[in-house]
Amino acid sequence: MLRESATFDRATIADIQRAAETGIYDIRGGGAKRRVPHFDDLLFLGASMSRYPLEGYRERCDTDVVLGDRNASYPLHLSTPVTIAGMSFGALSGRAKEALGRGASEVGTSTTTGDGGMTPEERGQSKHLVYQYLPSRYGMNPDHLRMADAIEIVLGQGAKPGGGGMLLGQKITERVAGMRTLPMGVDQRSACRHPDWTGPDDLEIKIRELREITDWEKPVYVKIGASRTYYDVKLAAKAGADVIVLDGMQGGTAATQDVFIEHVGIPTLAALPQAVQALQEEGLHRHVQLVVSGGIRNGADLAKCMALGADAVAIGTAALIALGDNAPHLDEEYRKLGSAAGFYDDWQAGRDPAGITTQDPELADRLDPVVGGRRLANFIRVMTMEAQVIARACGKAHLHSLEPEDLVALSIEAAAMARVPLAGTSWIPGQPL
Amino acid sequence: MAALSTPLDVHEPNSTTEAVVDLSVSDVRQLNAALHAPDVAEKVPSWRVTHPDGRHSIAVGLDAEVSVEIDGHVGYYCAGMNKSATVTVHGNAGVGVAENMMSGTVRVRGNASQSAGATAHGGLLVVEGSAAARCGISMKGVDIVVGGDVGHMSAFMGQAGRLVVCGDAGDALGDSLYEARIYVQGSVKSLGADCIEKEMRAEHLAELAELLAAAGMSADPAGFRRYGSARQLYNFHVDNASAY
Amino acid sequence: MCGIVGLHLREPSLYPRLGELLTGMLCQVTERGPDSAGVAVYGDPRWSPPGHASVSLLPGTTTPDEVATALRAAVPGVAVVDAGQTLVVHAPVDVDTLVAAVRTALPDLLVIGSGEEVAVLKGVGHPQLLAAEFDLAQAQGWQGVAHTRMATESAVTPAHCHPFSVGTDQCLVHNGSFANHATIRRELVAGGAVFDSDNDSEVGARFVAAQLAAGYDLEKSLKLLCERFDGFYTLLVSTKDSFAIVRDAIACKPAVVAETPEWVAMASEYRALAGLPGVEHARIFEPEPEEVYAWQR
Repeated sequence: MLRESATFDRATIADIQRAAETGIYDIRGGGAKRRVPHFDDLLFLGASMSRYPLEGYRERCDTDVVLGDRNASYPLHLSTPVTIAGMSFGALSGRAKEALGRGASEVGTSTTTGDGGMTPEERGQSKHLVYQYLPSRYGMNPDHLRMADAIEIVLGQGAKPGGGGMLLGQKITERVAGMRTLPMGVDQRSACRHPDWTGPDDLEIKIRELREITDWEKPVYVKIGASRTYYDVKLAAKAGADVIVLDGMQGGTAATQDVFIEHVGIPTLAALPQAVQALQEEGLHRHVQLVVSGGIRNGADLAKCMALGADAVAIGTAALIALGDNAPHLDEEYRKLGSAAGFYDDWQAGRDPAGITTQDPELADRLDPVVGGRRLANFIRVMTMEAQVIARACGKAHLHSLEPEDLVALSIEAAAMARVPLAGTSWIPGQPL
Repeated sequence: MAALSTPLDVHEPNSTTEAVVDLSVSDVRQLNAALHAPDVAEKVPSWRVTHPDGRHSIAVGLDAEVSVEIDGHVGYYCAGMNKSATVTVHGNAGVGVAENMMSGTVRVRGNASQSAGATAHGGLLVVEGSAAARCGISMKGVDIVVGGDVGHMSAFMGQAGRLVVCGDAGDALGDSLYEARIYVQGSVKSLGADCIEKEMRAEHLAELAELLAAAGMSADPAGFRRYGSARQLYNFHVDNASAY
Repeated sequence: MCGIVGLHLREPSLYPRLGELLTGMLCQVTERGPDSAGVAVYGDPRWSPPGHASVSLLPGTTTPDEVATALRAAVPGVAVVDAGQTLVVHAPVDVDTLVAAVRTALPDLLVIGSGEEVAVLKGVGHPQLLAAEFDLAQAQGWQGVAHTRMATESAVTPAHCHPFSVGTDQCLVHNGSFANHATIRRELVAGGAVFDSDNDSEVGARFVAAQLAAGYDLEKSLKLLCERFDGFYTLLVSTKDSFAIVRDAIACKPAVVAETPEWVAMASEYRALAGLPGVEHARIFEPEPEEVYAWQR
């Protein structure tokens, strides 16, 4: 009988062997793959006698959301609280960015640029476009700033709080290199801190500068990777953010060290209640909106985020899957790359058979942005409808009426993190009975 | 806060040439809103700002061929993201002067604080005094000419453009440099990772002479040394692991 | 995460203007720390009369009269000066005697500073209003520091405000965030130190106090701090005879120094220095990483 070690299992052994052979850490795309307490560990309490449910299709359950009305003269009005997370042109092909814009616009939500600037494909197809302001400032351009519908100052990402962007040479093609002012083919290492400010006192001044440049028209988001969430959210709000984007450790990345993805940051479920508490203590909950991302996959995740106090969610990995990432019909091609449909995470390598995480023109041509956009729109509609199903069952005429008291937890870990009772009890771990 | 509640109090001593905005009376929001007016270059091409008193974000986001003279010290991000305009600070500038500038000219008559010209894509930044740490960090095409010294980590991750230092450079000059070129007349305390001294050829002397002339500096190009990227860190390699 | 200003006067004719100048500087860094503020003034005759020791206290709900009553028997000649959220007690005794008397008679009150020269005033609120509450503009003396605070990981209370004054006539103000303060706190506690707050900056102050107590001078103490502390910091540290500045190896938290024959000043931003007399002739520079700049009285 062969017995595998729980400590030195085959994956661990392969990691050690790979490190010994190459002398460099493993770099991959995607988010944390380990199991962590997640929204699956929560359940809704549907209405019956003590609460009254709403009829599906007949009785209203609204889903619209306003983001950024604290200071901006033109806040975003979205039809659904499912937004598209920041992903760069460079990490993704131009056609993939176009497809994201098409899909998001069709359902009245926003999409977001990434570490590499704004492309015409994306701006042209996006009704609401959030323009990221990152430490690297690749392609950062005041004209694009003025063309954007909102500005997102990125401090960090859930996959790698404390780390900068990375894009390997295979994807630094002529166009990507031109947009980022880099030599073609370099392994790009972005800065982890902004070049001209550090800390909340300086961020406050930076936010004012961006408002001055854009004449106080556009909402200013601040995106943080989930780690010391309670403090970071408080400081972002104090520094003047209109919207806080909170990205948990399951959130994806185009390329980062595997050790960073799996071992730094905290789960989305653990971070969200900390963020809400921080905003409530500042008297800013629902005034500074909270957008949550990192492993959001369906309408149940959406409804649970809303119930725990989020104003909207952002999807990244799920959106790429909706476009066609990891599609079963590509299994044979994934296997040629040493992976398989359902497992592919070598987004850094630029050889994506689905034509999404690539800059290879032949591969990129495989993605039809119209079809991809339609698929994304379908997916967001389904997510939204699923959340409405849950909200109506809980007697809510708006997704925003969902609250923590509508939830119970299946595990002690989830109960402690979400700060809701273990199902069938009134026990919230860590809180007095 | 966003709305312009009161009209800008603009004094026009000679209305055909120059508008004067006194920041002890008007606020920065009013000044910037006026400078952002679509027809500003045609109607009022010359501006003078008095009593800046270290306020932040003065004359940011300009996108017109106007000239702005600021009489005194400015705070963070003066002339940030400048396009086309000519901004002159008759005093010292705080953090991030001319950050992410695209074009035009920004001149600081005194000293500049850290991160001067950070990530700037184009145009000319002149600091007649000294610039502090991280001058030209992540520069993406701007030309920066400093009359005095620059602090540590200047031109860190510099991608493109030219940095000219007439005085001395601090520690770790040009660390992780891409394709920006650096000229220093004085001493260099230390070079950063992947930054090396390079041969000063005729074309470099010519471009340096041009930059010094554009900045109004009288230094002799022959007294400068050139530094650039060794390009050893462009792709991950196990032998460079200690530099990552 | 904060704003720092400090002024060390060399020219005695400026001593009567210390409070006025320091107030102007403090108000210029308000936006950097709108939560709360604190100041330390060296040599003000109201708070630190010559020949007297003084102790600065956070009285909470205890009134100045109650403080005076509690101390009168033990300390002849004691006076209590009301400065808003802070009280300053002074008496013609030595510093240790007065501190011991205060701790014995008023064990629940927090001592936030003591010495022959220094008065430390702290409070929660807008820095400009606090300056009025302290009556800072009327202060006289030869040296002062002030700090506005944007709290990062610890609470917004008067006790959490800078300056941290944990040794006789010593003060420390900090902008930044230490990265290994929890470990150094444990070491200092193991060595007998007692902390008043969970603020990371207090760890820096207690570390410096421990080095000074061990006989090192201020410059050496700050060099030792650079060796031991990880993270981001711009520090301004003052004692009864010196005024010193140090930044971490990366030095991205702002600091500007201006020096003239009449004074030395330091601030987070130029704007705080712009109103000082003769600043147009000052030597202005930004401190280099891990280099200690110190001026002696």
